[in-house]
Amino acid sequence: MSTPAQNPITILQLYPRDMNIYGDQGNLQVIERRLEWYGYTPVVISYNPGDKLPTNVDIIIGGGGQDSGQEKIHADLLKIGPQLKKWADEGIPMLMVCGLYQLFGRFFKTLNGTHLEGIGILDVETYGTNERLIGNIVTVSDSFGEIIGYENHSGQTYLGETCHPFAQVIRGAGNNSKDGHEGAVYKNVIGTYLHGSLLPKNPAIADFLIKTAVKRKYKTFSPDLIDDMFSDLAREIARDRPR
Amino acid sequence: MPQSFTIILGKAVRYAARLRGGGSALPGLFVERISPSFVPDTLAQLPHGVVVVSGTNGKTTTTKMVVSLLESQGLTVFTNRTGSNFVRGVAAALLGDVDTKGKLNADIAVLELDEAHAVKFVEIVPPRYSLLLNVMRDQLDRFGEIDATARMLEKIALATIDTVVINREDSRVRNIGTKLPKTTSVRYFGLDNRLLSQFPNDDDLHSTTGPKKTPIAERPKADVILKDFNQKGAAFTISGKDAVTPLKLKGVYNIYNSAAALALVRAITPDASINSLLGALSIVTPAFGRGETLTVNGHPLELVLVKNPAGFRLGLESYDPTGYATMIAINDNYADGRDMSWLWDVSFTKLINNPVYVSGLRGYDMALRLQYDEVSMEKVETNLPKALADFIALHADEPKRIYCTYTAMLTLRKELSKITRVEVVS
Repeated sequence: MSTPAQNPITILQLYPRDMNIYGDQGNLQVIERRLEWYGYTPVVISYNPGDKLPTNVDIIIGGGGQDSGQEKIHADLLKIGPQLKKWADEGIPMLMVCGLYQLFGRFFKTLNGTHLEGIGILDVETYGTNERLIGNIVTVSDSFGEIIGYENHSGQTYLGETCHPFAQVIRGAGNNSKDGHEGAVYKNVIGTYLHGSLLPKNPAIADFLIKTAVKRKYKTFSPDLIDDMFSDLAREIARDRPR
Repeated sequence: MPQSFTIILGKAVRYAARLRGGGSALPGLFVERISPSFVPDTLAQLPHGVVVVSGTNGKTTTTKMVVSLLESQGLTVFTNRTGSNFVRGVAAALLGDVDTKGKLNADIAVLELDEAHAVKFVEIVPPRYSLLLNVMRDQLDRFGEIDATARMLEKIALATIDTVVINREDSRVRNIGTKLPKTTSVRYFGLDNRLLSQFPNDDDLHSTTGPKKTPIAERPKADVILKDFNQKGAAFTISGKDAVTPLKLKGVYNIYNSAAALALVRAITPDASINSLLGALSIVTPAFGRGETLTVNGHPLELVLVKNPAGFRLGLESYDPTGYATMIAINDNYADGRDMSWLWDVSFTKLINNPVYVSGLRGYDMALRLQYDEVSMEKVETNLPKALADFIALHADEPKRIYCTYTAMLTLRKELSKITRVEVVS
């Protein structure tokens, strides 16, 4: 009875069971809805440890978790790491927030000395600290302008020499308490500490992921305009709220 | 039209109304129109008859207590949980519970009804028992309104066949007890003299010349008296005997109303042991998220505190938005939490048929959240006092419900206390 979906775009959500806190679901929902509003059909695949990885994906997103969540998915992530790296090199757009941003790096050394090996897509390394970097944050990037979010992490991330930060910090901490930058980028892969959720108040980033995915798959992308008035107004308020 | 056809058609309308995501009263309206005798005929089958609970404050939690106490005595109880507390709401609730032959599987019905709706209801269905809790003023109302409300409760009492249970400490309600025919039994619940000052009634709160209190000795004898209470429980004097029980209920008025529930259930099931009733009372929990229900313009206004995604989800699941104007007020002060991410862990699709008034410091974050659930909005006004006044004006004649974060609730309570009675919580 069902007809084939119109212009499907497949979103792979990594580890929603264990790495899905602080509104990470919001990032998925924004991608889904905007795809629909642009006339595409979002197809969401949830990937949890032990699942079979699909062969074709268009967008990959992942979120944060408690330390226990990172430990639960760690072995599985290392197993699928090579495939994720291949997809990253092919230019598949990805958004990794907080916990998975850290594990997309080279390693995460926790406060008690545990060395969690990452999958090395991003040339960053993270060290657990006693200092929690928490609060509203405003950053700016050449591609996306002002980025508004909320950070909450005690892991501090340092970028390798060839690695590009995602944005410069205007207000808040960012990757660590010293360098004044936030997140990291490799090809179309974005790693960031920003919750908020990130995509609702930064639709330009959502549209970058969507546009990249659609152009890869369908060559052209000529979207209708979405009314982002509430996003604009929410950004204006959030920008000036106390840390 | 044969009754069974009415019921099957009504059930179909109820099912259809559910499918389109709302309309708890719509099928009731349908049944009311095509078979006006449906409600009285169905309720007339009940071996223990119908109980009406009315008054300004505390109906919902008191009804919940009464239902639990009756169930503890082995009775099957029908009640109007959907919050549609008027005749067609009762009809809608009945439709869900009757079989296609019109048989209701219950021993007794306990119905929570607004004063005005209760008057209409008792004209159609005379209750066997009624419980009259209190009459409180809504300062938006014109002077004298409170006496009109008291007269409504009097009509309920006059229509009651067996026993009227009355709050001895509210003079307007107490006076009703003196106006009833000899054939009607009257029972009272009340407070120990030492507690009177902790439960000011409407006159105490509004008198400018100093309250004219009834001399303590002139009050009638009460079957159940709240003697004392603390954080953990309450002490009662029941039929002259002292008894103590732990309680899960919070809020002084809820605790006082537990005396009301005990007095009512003792009238219905005179053989129930005090121990078994107190045992059942001790495990009653407050209706979820029921911060409080205030009265504005004669209509209820519910404040539902939301602090985290789980609580917000549960709140949205617990309360049927149909028939209520809904507002959501989200602040991000320190006590609320500064991170707005949590809103994205809650689904708001339950509100899809009800345009939402949005407010709070982070009103635009909330509006953005609703946009992505494709829930329509009536208005966004981040200034909360302004938004509240506007919301009340737009929905003067409707029940209202406001989901609010902690500091938004503080602001709302402060604003509402200027126009209605707001319970002080310590």
